[in-house]
Amino acid sequence: MGAWIMAGVTFREAARKKVLWMALAAGLAFLCLFGCGIYFELKDFGAKSNPLMVREGVSAFIMVGLYAVDAIAIVMTVLTSVDTLSGELASGTIQAVATKPISRWEVLLGKWLGFAGMLTLYVVLMVGGVIGVAYLMSWRTLGGVLPHHVLRGAVLIWLECVLMLCLTFRMGASFSTLTNGVVVLGLHGIAFIGGWIEQAAAFTHSPRALNVGIAASLIMPSEALWRRAAFEMQSPILNTLGFSPFSAISVPSGFMIAYACLYMILALALAIRRFSQRDL
Amino acid sequence: MAVRSLTLEVRRGEVFGFIGPNGAGKTTSMRILLGLAAPSDGRALVLGRPAGEVAARRKIGFLPEHFRFYDWLSATELLRFHGRLYAIAPADLRRRVPAMLDLVGLSEHRDKRLRDFSKGMLQRIGLAQALLNDPELIFLDEPTSGLDPVGRRLVRDIIKAQRARGATVFLNSHLLSEVEITCDRVAFIKHGEVLESRDLRAAKGEALRVAVRARKLSEEALSGLSQWASAVRVEGERLTFTVGDPEALPEILRFLVGRGVDVYEVTPQRTSLEELFLQIVGTDGGL
Repeated sequence: MGAWIMAGVTFREAARKKVLWMALAAGLAFLCLFGCGIYFELKDFGAKSNPLMVREGVSAFIMVGLYAVDAIAIVMTVLTSVDTLSGELASGTIQAVATKPISRWEVLLGKWLGFAGMLTLYVVLMVGGVIGVAYLMSWRTLGGVLPHHVLRGAVLIWLECVLMLCLTFRMGASFSTLTNGVVVLGLHGIAFIGGWIEQAAAFTHSPRALNVGIAASLIMPSEALWRRAAFEMQSPILNTLGFSPFSAISVPSGFMIAYACLYMILALALAIRRFSQRDL
Repeated sequence: MAVRSLTLEVRRGEVFGFIGPNGAGKTTSMRILLGLAAPSDGRALVLGRPAGEVAARRKIGFLPEHFRFYDWLSATELLRFHGRLYAIAPADLRRRVPAMLDLVGLSEHRDKRLRDFSKGMLQRIGLAQALLNDPELIFLDEPTSGLDPVGRRLVRDIIKAQRARGATVFLNSHLLSEVEITCDRVAFIKHGEVLESRDLRAAKGEALRVAVRARKLSEEALSGLSQWASAVRVEGERLTFTVGDPEALPEILRFLVGRGVDVYEVTPQRTSLEELFLQIVGTDGGL
């Protein structure tokens, strides 16, 4: 019960502080821009190319859009939640809540649920928006273009954001706001460069570089989730074009996805443990 | 180590003052009792349960020294939120929230957001959230800091009302004059140790030295004083004596006036809590 009360107030805080509305407004602006891009691409490129090429072009455009959505959603997740624990610990605000008859795990889990609810809403609107805009724009000329395995891909993008949230909570239970942000985004940077190393290694058949990339994914599996999402959603033809941010040559395995899920559960559990034991 | 060898017992239904110099360990002790910090050794029981236990917190109210909360909430929303954390039934909450706002004098500001509150108003709303659940034990950390004299009076009256309904109040304050007026018992703490506890109610019934500024003091009046007072001294217009029972003071004054003495001023020479504090804690501070 206490966790739901905390989740509710966390959600309301985002709405009242206009974070939610600003994020949605920025998202809407992004979708408008994305829609304009596809519209003019179809008008100019679509008129003089064969339909198969145009369809692949739209598919590629969707992947670019989803890649941008993935990056924005990660940054939004970290920026909105980075201060929630460390900020309240530093200001002493948490004391008025922690002395009420609810467990500390309920406080932390409630906040996590609030943010998880917000990022779910954001991912659904943005991923749905990109796919929906592309489908509508291409409907008249191509009968509508959809990525492959939309749901699977969207769930993987969502999982990546949840992973970032869990890690932000874990670090927030121990470190100051600034340190938390630096550590979490720094780890994502490791995952990002590790992903590129892994892709390049797969392209050039370098097993040692491949292992470096996999090791980076084990340290921080966020990018692996995106690459799996890209693999699930991209068209088979695009997949043969080589490595790019929105396609995958070295595809993270099911084990890596399971590892990422375990990683986020462990991060959340450790956050609860640390928050329950520390002095407030 | 902020607190060591701290043994403290607070009786139910009393207003207990916890006083000491800066860095003495007052806030740390309070944080341990509230479960906000864990002791490295020893144990703390609150209302017969381990400190920090959820069941114990149901019966506790707490006002932090600098009450801060989500400033985007209105006063009413803040109390509703805390009421829900206390698991107060919605119907009770609808009744209690306006009553609490009225109690702390914030009814007019019920819909104002906390970001627009002054420091004193924040302290008042903090007090309201601490009393929302009719707590058996109330921890108040510097409750009058930031309050004007009217606010201080209000807090004093609220503390008295809480004691009258049987609640125990644990008061941590630097304002010794406030503690002196409000508390039944005090403990002096320094370097994390309780140096001494004093019952201020007992002090109120102790023998009292009184100074009187008067003229026309006759031998008859002075000798007559001996039936109530001892150690009678006269220096010019200043008459001093000790009375065993302070309740006899009005009768003594009537006697003096009846014997033709002109009384201009009567001053009880009680040792103030501040003087007592300096005697017990010393003047070197606690740092």
